[in-house]
Amino acid sequence: MDFNDTPEQAAYRAQVRAWLEANAAEYLAPPEKPWGLDEFVARSKAWQRKKYEAGYAGITWPKAVGGQGLTPMHQIIFGQEESRTYVPTGLYSIGLGMCIPTVFTHGTPELIARFVPKALSGEEVWCQLFSEPVAGSDLASIRTRAECDGEAWVVNGQKVWTSFAHRSDFGILVTRTDFSAPKHRGLTMFIVDMKAPGVEVRPIRQMSGASDFNEVFFTDVRVPDSWRLGAVGDGWKVALTTLMHERLAVGGKPRHAPGWQMLIEVARGIETDSASALERADVRQRIASTYIADEGVKLTQMRALSALSRGAMPGPEQSIAKVVVAKTMQDMAAAALDLAESAGFAAEKGSDLEKLQQSYLWSAGLRIAGGTDEILRNIIAERVLGLPGDLRPPKDTPFNEIEPL
Amino acid sequence: MDFDLSDDAKTLREAARKFLEAEAGPKSARAVMDAEAPHDVALWAKVVAQGWPSARVPEAHGGLGLGTDEACVLAEEVGRSLAPVPLLATMDAIEALLIAGSEAQKARWLPRLAAGEAIGVVAWGEGDSKSPAQMPATRLESGRLSGVKTPVQDGLSATLAVVTVASADGPAMAIVDLASEGVTRSPVEALDLVRKSARIGFDSAPAEPLGDAADWVRLTERLAVLHAWEALGTAGAAMEMALAYAKDRQAFGLRIGRYQAVKHRLADMYIKGELARAHAMHGCWAWGTDASELAQAAAAARVASLEALSFTAEETLQLHGGIGFTWEHDCQFFYRRARAVSAALGSRAHWADRLVRALEQRNRAAA
Repeated sequence: MDFNDTPEQAAYRAQVRAWLEANAAEYLAPPEKPWGLDEFVARSKAWQRKKYEAGYAGITWPKAVGGQGLTPMHQIIFGQEESRTYVPTGLYSIGLGMCIPTVFTHGTPELIARFVPKALSGEEVWCQLFSEPVAGSDLASIRTRAECDGEAWVVNGQKVWTSFAHRSDFGILVTRTDFSAPKHRGLTMFIVDMKAPGVEVRPIRQMSGASDFNEVFFTDVRVPDSWRLGAVGDGWKVALTTLMHERLAVGGKPRHAPGWQMLIEVARGIETDSASALERADVRQRIASTYIADEGVKLTQMRALSALSRGAMPGPEQSIAKVVVAKTMQDMAAAALDLAESAGFAAEKGSDLEKLQQSYLWSAGLRIAGGTDEILRNIIAERVLGLPGDLRPPKDTPFNEIEPL
Repeated sequence: MDFDLSDDAKTLREAARKFLEAEAGPKSARAVMDAEAPHDVALWAKVVAQGWPSARVPEAHGGLGLGTDEACVLAEEVGRSLAPVPLLATMDAIEALLIAGSEAQKARWLPRLAAGEAIGVVAWGEGDSKSPAQMPATRLESGRLSGVKTPVQDGLSATLAVVTVASADGPAMAIVDLASEGVTRSPVEALDLVRKSARIGFDSAPAEPLGDAADWVRLTERLAVLHAWEALGTAGAAMEMALAYAKDRQAFGLRIGRYQAVKHRLADMYIKGELARAHAMHGCWAWGTDASELAQAAAAARVASLEALSFTAEETLQLHGGIGFTWEHDCQFFYRRARAVSAALGSRAHWADRLVRALEQRNRAAA
């Protein structure tokens, strides 16, 4: 066992670190006050452009589509070094993490040439139009309709939870093109222009007060047939490519989210009658549980990295990451706020306790986004442990004849 | 980055699993439970013939001189198979000698432990509610040991004991030949009916000091790692039993593994097991490299593995329904063993406290 880089990895890390020191100097500390959306987008675009020009964009993508053709280890090393800074990256995590890999896996050469370079340079922002009000965990039950009209398709319906739709230029859109086919066989995937007539984006205000998500309404939106990804009726297969990339993208503890270290500091600062709250047995148990979960996920991911580093595929163990991390964040934040009593309930702006309030609100969303705790447990039980699937209507029932059990 | 067991350790694990699947398992555990003998004598002879007790003993003392990776996979496989042999107890005593033994003590005892001529045990509990960090009543004065250790798991089999004694700096260790005069032994009824426990009395028995108080702390850290692997093995075997049952048993026209109440609990067993495995690997690395994080990594491995084993043993029995609660069913071995593993080296709460102490120090160093 050895936690060190191979000489080749160490060389790449040193190169990345030197580049970040030269180019991300303004992002070594968190911003003094949070950026507004416009500033966030502008800074994100500028940062992506820098990465693109320096050869740090699309690290694992094939050279043929403008990527660097390097290994997942290179991507991970770059990500580790980048996440030590506070550079803005979230604007592209869905587009470059999920949408564009789907485009270059299933798109025609013309689509790849038109869309991939401008996405990679950060010029064009992408969103993923998958979930609907009636189709969240059960994505394949979407109802947004696309009807063929000569050389174009006409789209009607509604999507929801679409991150950055209000700032996106294009999206990948899963639609139902055949309501009489079985659920998974009537779907077709398209690229859609978010500025096209009939596309309406309405921000959703989340419980936290922020608006990261949107509803997107489609009313007679025309999409050229040449913008179709994969064959008509093959949309589920195409969507699985996207979701596979989502599982890779959604994983560990969010960057800079509070962890056991903050719990120790908060507890240390709270006086009880006899000593600091850090001496309380229940607090120590909570710190231990938080450490076991957060650090356990990190170590589990190192096991996966070791497999990647050897050129092997990681085992299924990394599938536990999000389900552990989100609930641990929630439990830890609730415990810390309760421990702080009134000060935790009405926290001072900019304090650790305020960060914990944000974490408390945000973690509730994290337990749902990118696969709910329940869906992830199903995946572990079924794909890793080989248990039978949930009871569902027969798979070959036409979609428009499905009766709930 | 190479966070994985060595290839040699993986080969050993495979061989040990094959051997123990053929030779041990719940059947042999049941036979020992029902017998007078404190362990499976025939199986122990075969385990000795495999050379496993000598794994960590240096070649100069007649051992194989293997690393911590190999020790950990042996612990996992013994835990998995419930093998009723005093292998881990003997490995515990060997670690004590490796950490704290004088050259003379090592030369006297290591070859005999490696060859299976001596069976070792580490005994710290005194039948009260103290943790392994609290001062024992047992005393070593002028080479004479007085006190009582109970319940000592595998204490009926052992021929050599490392016992904790009071010292000015906290618990320290003494080493005592259990054939000496002044040593008395009797069986103790405890929760685990397979790994039997003894009450060992010392009445001015001849004994030698073994290292100092700091060595005892170091030993408990190493044993926390070793027995975390044992717990992983035992939890893994219980979970496999639960999985097989969930895939086979039917209720309301469905295999019960189809119900989310059942499958999610199995997913939780897997999650706890994987977290525990990650910490156990970290602990194995820290032990093997004598890293400064050992206190933290060992405590985390201990806490995570006890959690995984307790949860898995309890929920495996629950998923079996009524049959799991019967004397004839194997669930009880895992359910009882969960408490034995906890009692052997201090509870989750004790180690969680130690973990946080290590983390506080790390936070302070980082600040």
